Amino acid sequence: MNHNHPVFTDNDPQSELVTLNLGPTHPATHGVFQNVLQLDGERIVSGVSTIGYIHRAFEKIAEHRPFYQITPLTDRLNYCSSPINNMGWHMTVEKLLNIQIPKRVDYLRVIIMELSRIADHIICNTIIGQDTGATTTFLYLFQFREHIYEIFEEVCGARLTTNIGRIGGFERDFNDIAFAKIDKFLKEFPKALKEFENLLTRNRIFIDRTAGVAEVSKETALEYSWTGPLLRATGVDYDVRVSDPYSSYQDFDFEIPVGTSGDIYDRYLVRNEEMWQSVRIIEQAVVKLKTEPKGIFHADVPEFYLPPKQEVYNNMEALIYHFKIVMGEIDAPKAEVYHAVEGGNGELGFYLINDGGRTPYRLHFRRPSFINYQMFAPMSEGMLLSDAIINMSSMNIIAGELDA
Amino acid sequence: MEETTLNNDIHVKLTEKFGEKVTAVSEPYGLLTFVTYKDVIVNVLSHLKEELKFNFLTDITAVHYPGKDHGIAVVYHLHNMVEKVRVRIKVFISEQNPTIPTATTLWKGANWMERETYDLFGVKFEGHPDLRRILNMDDLGVHPMLKQYPLEDPNRVDKKDEFFGR
Repeated sequence: MNHNHPVFTDNDPQSELVTLNLGPTHPATHGVFQNVLQLDGERIVSGVSTIGYIHRAFEKIAEHRPFYQITPLTDRLNYCSSPINNMGWHMTVEKLLNIQIPKRVDYLRVIIMELSRIADHIICNTIIGQDTGATTTFLYLFQFREHIYEIFEEVCGARLTTNIGRIGGFERDFNDIAFAKIDKFLKEFPKALKEFENLLTRNRIFIDRTAGVAEVSKETALEYSWTGPLLRATGVDYDVRVSDPYSSYQDFDFEIPVGTSGDIYDRYLVRNEEMWQSVRIIEQAVVKLKTEPKGIFHADVPEFYLPPKQEVYNNMEALIYHFKIVMGEIDAPKAEVYHAVEGGNGELGFYLINDGGRTPYRLHFRRPSFINYQMFAPMSEGMLLSDAIINMSSMNIIAGELDA
Repeated sequence: MEETTLNNDIHVKLTEKFGEKVTAVSEPYGLLTFVTYKDVIVNVLSHLKEELKFNFLTDITAVHYPGKDHGIAVVYHLHNMVEKVRVRIKVFISEQNPTIPTATTLWKGANWMERETYDLFGVKFEGHPDLRRILNMDDLGVHPMLKQYPLEDPNRVDKKDEFFGR
């Protein structure tokens, strides 16, 4: 064993402390993380996080793939809200290539991204309920995640690892069934979310378990580079959608909820309110779409956007473009670009360096889960083990994004 | 353009303070980018943090340019959330002796970012409290993001750029 591996031993017979391996495959951690904890009774004295159990070297693989083949890699970062990752990547490349995206495509993207945000927050908030002993809320609201996945399925054919869209827009237009499903979702989801809130928000047991637990100050949160709902729960109103709008978010009217104390209860409230705001954004997007010209679902950039298959077989130009795109022969400027989107867990950044080759020279993902999670072990010190478990689920750490 | 004047402002202030140590200033896609040196990097970062209100460390990573004198670029992204400006700082360090002072003294969040950079590129952050590998196993022995470690069979020729007119 390597000498610096962080494993405590119980060799000291005088020691009152117990070493507990929380993970790597512990049902309470909802993912593959290991935390080696030193316990004094039920209280955590110190902890060491070990991560990397599902490290798949995406940054290395990305250096060997043309741009459009990197989209499936981004699926597997935060797999609870893959479309946000996919579109974040597409927008990064579009920024590099200076592609102007039609408004209709922006609005379609906003619908999908906000649906994924809802799906992501459903997972996190219902699991906080589950971890505090309320299975009902988990089972009840989870069906709406299923409805969201049905919408994704209608749009792109896949559910979890969506690989949705292309550089320049979508691979096909939304069909009528998709719009009908979105309408149905917008009608039914607010009722269910209201009921979900009724079950938990003023629930004495839930408040006792979450309020005042794992409080984080604004300063500490910024010091640790927190972003997303976790940062907003501490009272900092930073949201990439507002501070650095992409995909026409500036056209929408919505609010950024912030908390005050950064405890688990505040994080829960912030995520719930964000779901309401997402519903608001989707409603506005559906209305805005009606005034946009129909049938536009991608930017008119034949040199970057794959032509329809029918064209490829019958049209010389389309065949050439198809070949060039598939072989990674598109001319992209030699430049570096950083683009950030607001993922389910915070600022998801793509730092892309292109040297004119077929593949990126370097691609780095700024993964919010990775950066948020480093505070877990220090903040667990002095906490009860049972509180640390809900703390972890309220941080919504997704192993795929943590390890890349 | 508002952002350009803002960037220009930052550039002027940095040049006033650090003179020749701030070089190669450019603005790709509106993001102020400059190169500095490892003997002043902590001062530059702390000046940006304390004086110019870049209080948020977005990311630390590295890039490998094999065959150059200073072949590893450590890249910092900072963010001024109040004025909504970002800045990118690069420090080129030598491949043979890739050391650079740590930024954990300024931001605690730099801890894991630097560990990741160490793990993938072998950059040694001097003064880091706990510089261990983070994603890969401890006895991997190499730093896999360096360009000399190919992902595919290096003898394979059908994917070489030269066959595609590059």
